[in-house]
Amino acid sequence: MDLQIALLLGQDGIVNGAIYALLALALVLVFAVTRVIFIPQGEFVAYGALSLASLQAGLLPGTLWLLLVLGLVVTALDAPALMRQGRQGGRRLATLVGWQCAYPLALLGVVAGGTPQSWPLLLQVLLVLAIVVPLGPQIYRTAYQPIAEAPVLILLIVSVAVHLALVGLGLLFFGAEGSRTPAFSEASFEIGDLTVSGQSLWVVGASLFLIVALYVFFEKSLYGKALRATAINRNGARLMGISTTFAGKLSFLLAAAIGVLSGILIAPITTVYYDTGFLIGLKGFVGAIVGGLASYPVAAAGALLVGLLESFSSFWASAFKEVIVFTLIIPVLVWRSLTTHHVEEEE
Amino acid sequence: MSDHELEPILEVKDLCVSYGKVEALHHVSIKVRPGEIVTVIGPNGAGKTTLLSAIMGVLPFSRGEVAYQGEAQVHVDVERMVARGMTLVPEKRELFGEMSVEDNLLLGAFMRRRLGFRDEAETLDKVFGIFPRLKERRGQMAGTLSGGERQMLAVGRALMAQPKILMLDEPSLGLAPLIVREIFRVIGDLRKTGVAILLVEQNARAALQVSDYGYVLETGEVALEGPSDALEDDPKVVEAYLGLGGKKH
Repeated sequence: MDLQIALLLGQDGIVNGAIYALLALALVLVFAVTRVIFIPQGEFVAYGALSLASLQAGLLPGTLWLLLVLGLVVTALDAPALMRQGRQGGRRLATLVGWQCAYPLALLGVVAGGTPQSWPLLLQVLLVLAIVVPLGPQIYRTAYQPIAEAPVLILLIVSVAVHLALVGLGLLFFGAEGSRTPAFSEASFEIGDLTVSGQSLWVVGASLFLIVALYVFFEKSLYGKALRATAINRNGARLMGISTTFAGKLSFLLAAAIGVLSGILIAPITTVYYDTGFLIGLKGFVGAIVGGLASYPVAAAGALLVGLLESFSSFWASAFKEVIVFTLIIPVLVWRSLTTHHVEEEE
Repeated sequence: MSDHELEPILEVKDLCVSYGKVEALHHVSIKVRPGEIVTVIGPNGAGKTTLLSAIMGVLPFSRGEVAYQGEAQVHVDVERMVARGMTLVPEKRELFGEMSVEDNLLLGAFMRRRLGFRDEAETLDKVFGIFPRLKERRGQMAGTLSGGERQMLAVGRALMAQPKILMLDEPSLGLAPLIVREIFRVIGDLRKTGVAILLVEQNARAALQVSDYGYVLETGEVALEGPSDALEDDPKVVEAYLGLGGKKH
């Protein structure tokens, strides 16, 4: 291997690592707040990329139907309790119907009635975010909220089920064909021997921006602090009026947004299939494990390491690329179990 | 200065709470009027913490009702109670250890912010006025505070919600005598702000001195109730909770 190849592999590793880092942060966030290991994270990556591709092909993304159906389910679940609450319940009922029924229908009207395939890319991206991101809180409401107090293992089993259901729906919505979207930027830069594509810079730049934005959100905003408070002390947070449900929905909203943006960022680099998300999410998970599912900076660094390891092992032993990456989890777990004090889960 | 003409802000009627087959509270009824300090004293395991948890909605109750501001409820929802001006300082304090003192306090005003109030900066100044120690430590992590400071922070955080009724669960537990005196001085001072206080304590003498009305809870039942000065002189209370009469004051 000469320097040029090493630089090329390094660039590749950093670009992929940046995406894994975003997903790792989302996984740590969701686990800290809700104790859910969010395996369906990867499906948001695929849904984001494929919804954008079908919008650009002039098709109606199937995720829109899912948004509408889950909206109706959530309305059916929440409406009865609100109807018993009188005047205040009435206002909340109107909000519920507005977001869960009117909003998906309005989006459906925009996509079916307009011609989003001819819109500028930025508007298309915003439309995809508007369609796919609300699925996060909807999934929290339907699958996790009823069992929010269940042990971690049960929540994990439900995550596997949600993951399988979403992969199946992905196949139904988008078919078995993969899609690739046009690059955000065709530019490329020469830095010494290295050619850097505009899209790589987009991925790294957008990831860095999102990481900084998340940091500011958690450190400075009241809602960010409320999420941290829930992660630190659930009972204390409840007594401040920060409900477990509220925190759960907000963390799923953020995780979904991160997943969809990651999908949109990688769609021009790799061909995304309906089941591609799982493997990408799993690599983010390895990063999150390096951080013990608790530390944000260590998780991000771990994910970057996963990206680099993956790109270099694809050069040396491409057949064993995934094996090498996932084997990383074993020494990490051994090291963590030896160095950290083990705390039994409180029940 | 308890004015018994006023409608109670909180009225608990006939409350029963069970843990499995064991009944922890047995037909308990208490009343708190606006601006009044009411105390519930009793030995360990009498059900005092259970009572507060049930009123707050942290724990479901099997029979009876909790009427808050005239509205009777059979199911109490924590968030709704917080939104309507009830706060609980739990026995374990439940602080956010890895967050700064100031962030802990600001989160106390979370529900007010959600309801559209934007006055947390002024409330923060008021709380710093009551507990100057918290102002000195505003940037420090809550987990590194001393026991007394932690209790001050827990009370301060509850006050950030500008409650109409403040429920304190064993505020003197595990604190040095000097700090206990400080905490009870603050509870007495809070009377001027008009907030009603429901105080659960094992330190019966201090609790009866600061309060207007008292209940004695024993094995899940109200054994005795009355104005606090009367309870202080009641021979049964003196014998069981205040020790030798000569030690009084």
